[in-house]
Amino acid sequence: MPVSKEVYLDNSATTRVFPEVVRLMDKIYLEEYGNPSSMHHKGVEAETEIRRAKETLAGILKCQPKNLYFTSCGSESDNIAIIGGALANCRQGRHLVTTRIEHPAVLESMKYLESQGFTVTYLPVDVNGHVSAEQVRDAVREDTILVSIMFTNNEIGAVEPVAEIGAAIKEKNPHTLFHVDAVQAFGKEEILPRKMHIDFLAASGHKIHAPKGVGLLYVADGVKVRNLIFGGGQQNGLRSGTENVAGIAGMALAAQMLYSNLAAEREQLFAMKEHFILRMRELEHVRINGIPALNVPGAASHPEKSGCAADSALPECGSRNIAAVPAEELSASIRTTAPQVLSLTVPGVRAEVLLHALEDRNIYVSSGSACSSNRPHLSETLKAIGVRGDELDSTIRLSTSVMNTMEDMDAAADALLSIVPMLRRYTRQ
Amino acid sequence: MEYQSFLIKYAEIGVKGKNRYLFEDALVQQMRIALKKCSGTFTVHRTSGRIFAEAKGACDTEEVVNALQHVFGIVGVCPMAERPIEPYEELEKDVVAFFGEEYPDRRRTFKVHCRRQDKTYPMNSQEIDEALGGALLDAYPDLKVDVHHPDVMVTVEIREKIYIYTHILPGPGGLPVGSAGKAMLLLSGGIDSPVAGWMMAKRGLKLDAVYFNAPPYTSERALQKVEDLAAEVAAYTGPIWLHNINFTEIQLAIYDKCPHDELTIIMRRFMMRIAEKIARRTACGALITGESLGQVASQTMRSLECTNAVCTLPVFRPLIGFDKEDIVTVSKKIGTYDTSILPYEDCCTIFVAKHPVTKPILDVIERHEHHLDDIIEEMVDKALETDEIIIVDAEGKRVLKYREDPLTEGM
Repeated sequence: MPVSKEVYLDNSATTRVFPEVVRLMDKIYLEEYGNPSSMHHKGVEAETEIRRAKETLAGILKCQPKNLYFTSCGSESDNIAIIGGALANCRQGRHLVTTRIEHPAVLESMKYLESQGFTVTYLPVDVNGHVSAEQVRDAVREDTILVSIMFTNNEIGAVEPVAEIGAAIKEKNPHTLFHVDAVQAFGKEEILPRKMHIDFLAASGHKIHAPKGVGLLYVADGVKVRNLIFGGGQQNGLRSGTENVAGIAGMALAAQMLYSNLAAEREQLFAMKEHFILRMRELEHVRINGIPALNVPGAASHPEKSGCAADSALPECGSRNIAAVPAEELSASIRTTAPQVLSLTVPGVRAEVLLHALEDRNIYVSSGSACSSNRPHLSETLKAIGVRGDELDSTIRLSTSVMNTMEDMDAAADALLSIVPMLRRYTRQ
Repeated sequence: MEYQSFLIKYAEIGVKGKNRYLFEDALVQQMRIALKKCSGTFTVHRTSGRIFAEAKGACDTEEVVNALQHVFGIVGVCPMAERPIEPYEELEKDVVAFFGEEYPDRRRTFKVHCRRQDKTYPMNSQEIDEALGGALLDAYPDLKVDVHHPDVMVTVEIREKIYIYTHILPGPGGLPVGSAGKAMLLLSGGIDSPVAGWMMAKRGLKLDAVYFNAPPYTSERALQKVEDLAAEVAAYTGPIWLHNINFTEIQLAIYDKCPHDELTIIMRRFMMRIAEKIARRTACGALITGESLGQVASQTMRSLECTNAVCTLPVFRPLIGFDKEDIVTVSKKIGTYDTSILPYEDCCTIFVAKHPVTKPILDVIERHEHHLDDIIEEMVDKALETDEIIIVDAEGKRVLKYREDPLTEGM
């Protein structure tokens, strides 16, 4: 049997590294291998790579290089921002605000703070995963020290109104810090921390075609933050430990490559997403999550009550048939979401089975969120947008990158069209 | 103290009659295999009613004891001090010194027990017991003698050499692996089947195993989990040949043609048939399952009648009278529990009906199975052709995969 071409549609889990990045890192590993803290020339050489990387990334985020710190991953950046930010500012208050659909790196950090005597408000989201600036403004109090909202949701691709939320927070309480988990957004969205009133921002290398093991943390001027790692005092003492020089340089190069052509890349990803969604018209009873034109609030389920399999009082889902939505409306609606994330609910088919069946055809997707799908764990995000109990386990995520093509989307759509009806014949009774 | 020789105690083999040497040889063989994993070189030899393991040069006592504690057939491992045949005065000094080193805290009771196989030794056992007891009491006044329930039993054996030991570390018991032949374990990813395999290996069986895989309903990680479980059992049994069978088509055919509440029973009947076919061609004399009476619908008495009806080889179900808690206790003891509870689905759980039959009637099941008549033989043959043999070894979990012509295989 001829082996079909590999179609990798799990780019929100991790990405293939750009060959240019590999070549740069190769050079650093073999030639510029010094410790950036060393006094001699080898050290200076390595330090120069880091400085260049910071300048590149600062140019992208329109900030100063001194605002940037390198960590080991997005989760670490989130931890430093939330825990380090809260500990450094706990004299002003002990209240934090976040949403129910954050990444575990944020939610678990919040849980830790709760165990240390802080209180946390978890905001609900609407059927498409959005939290509004008004909701956040209402939740911020005099003793609120930090708000953490993700830029792009990793499971359904909802893009939160970060700029509006930032403005609303500062209007209500100028002392409240604003952390944005931009792990999924960095490399896909234009992110301007200063304009958006962002105080902390977390990003990760391996989601943007750089290697695993490097993360970025933006800290706004004058913001107090407590370090969580103690050591040699590198990076102003906020993040001790010898810097991952090659990874840092690789991340900056990957970011530069993506941001130099951002508009065209976004359009490429949106076109692929739209094409795939239109192809799904051929499949009965499927739902695309997170697209406002397809999931109408009001008619939809009550997020408050969702997630309980036994709760039969939930109304029918307010989703609209893809074919029933005018093409322009759908196209415009898709362009309000993340270009790279697509969440598909296929009632009657278990996500894990569908995933393995696609894998058989060399197509790689994920079930729910890859970060938690090692355990049979039902997605909090899907619960929060009102996906019902039996369908929580029937949702897969396709996530694209600039390395994907329209043919990849067709291959995935073709595979689903042939696999899903077959799998639906054999459902658990 | 570092020991170089180890006395092996074995209970059950000792009462065998004319075949006793077979069991003893098998035990020596298994011990040699186990000791190969330890650093150092060892000799294992058997004298009248005793098996000794001796290191040539230094060895890691803890490592050796641990290796021997995984050998079925051994009930006790005694690390010993070894002395040449020496006059009593020398022996007394050695025993006193040995005791002093082993038991720094001497507020205990003790008893000396001497066995004199070498009848040329000038004192008899009784005399040696008394003399050594006195010497120990003189040297360590905190000691007390208790001949009925001593804290410490000081054993001195006088053979071609003199052996002194005070510890008996428990072994797993049972009979040496292979002394009872070979059987085929139906291995799933659950808690029960690895325990069942372990228990039968403990009764002297060498194990082969069969796993039914159902892609895409089961994942690569589910197979990895089964390999890990097999490796954990292999720590006791030596390498296990794991037959990985693709069962998807048969399962879907059953789903298509048979009543859903009988799915599990019919599925298990086909598993037994396939397992028996592999067992026959690999010289296995029985099947082993982890069934426990009444645990689930397919393990009621009537269900077992239905699954049992398809095979002629004996089916060993060592857990049949065990409660789940007892099984869990064993699985924790042998180290398979933590792997067993990993959450990957196996093919037994994917199509389970909400209310499966608990009292199936054999006639009815057979009648429903006839719906499959025109396709099933071919499907079973096809499934047998998917047989992928994975040799799983405990040591570093070396996994060698290869496929071979199923019909010419023999081992």
